[in-house]
Amino acid sequence: MSTTFDQVATIIAETCDIPRDTITPDSHAIDDLGIDSLDFLDIAFAIDKAFGIKLPLEKWTQEVNDGKASTEQYFVLKNLCARIDELVAAKGA
Amino acid sequence: MHIEYFKLIDRILDLKPDEKTITVEATVPTQSTIFEGHFPGHPIMPGVLLIESMAQTSGWLLLALMKFERMPFLAAVKEAKMRGFVTPGEVLTVEASVIHEGSGYAMTEARVKVGGKLRSNASLTFSHFPFPNPELRGHMDAEAKRIGFPQQALLP
Repeated sequence: MSTTFDQVATIIAETCDIPRDTITPDSHAIDDLGIDSLDFLDIAFAIDKAFGIKLPLEKWTQEVNDGKASTEQYFVLKNLCARIDELVAAKGA
Repeated sequence: MHIEYFKLIDRILDLKPDEKTITVEATVPTQSTIFEGHFPGHPIMPGVLLIESMAQTSGWLLLALMKFERMPFLAAVKEAKMRGFVTPGEVLTVEASVIHEGSGYAMTEARVKVGGKLRSNASLTFSHFPFPNPELRGHMDAEAKRIGFPQQALLP
């Protein structure tokens, strides 16, 4: 069974045409991979479908804009995957 | 349809919030400055306006699902296909369905038909936000009335 990171990295590679081997757990989706907000909607769509969740993009964006969170908390892939795991666990609780 | 004012939808024929589907109707005008240039001697509805008609149709569906609390804006067009000419005077039936409701965005699939035959289809992505001002909200309320938006669709 593939890890959350493997699934997310594959989604990003296929959605944004980014070489899979350049995507690491420490990659920042925006700063390192150059993914913009519109492309991230496609990624969010694929993640929502793959994991049966709804990534709270609006809440995250608002927190970043309000200075209550850093982009690293949500958009460094290992952190993004941790958030996904939390949402999956919450769904099953 | 008032092309020059971007009013591409004439009336809502069917709106099913539970099924997340909508069907609308629009008649292509027989006269429009658009057709003077697109094209002389061979007037056809521009493909981008067919996409816009699908976007507006999807937009009314999303407005219904969001109870007019947020405004959808077209963000991406995918797999748009123009399968046949649409000419002045033709009556379009435009259908849309929501395929995903995300956080702050939604995706739809839409189709334009004439006489039951598919002329165009597209997959569309929308970002949606709270209405930026009362003026736009008022305009959408007026447009909703013009096209016969069923108010019962907003009931819980």
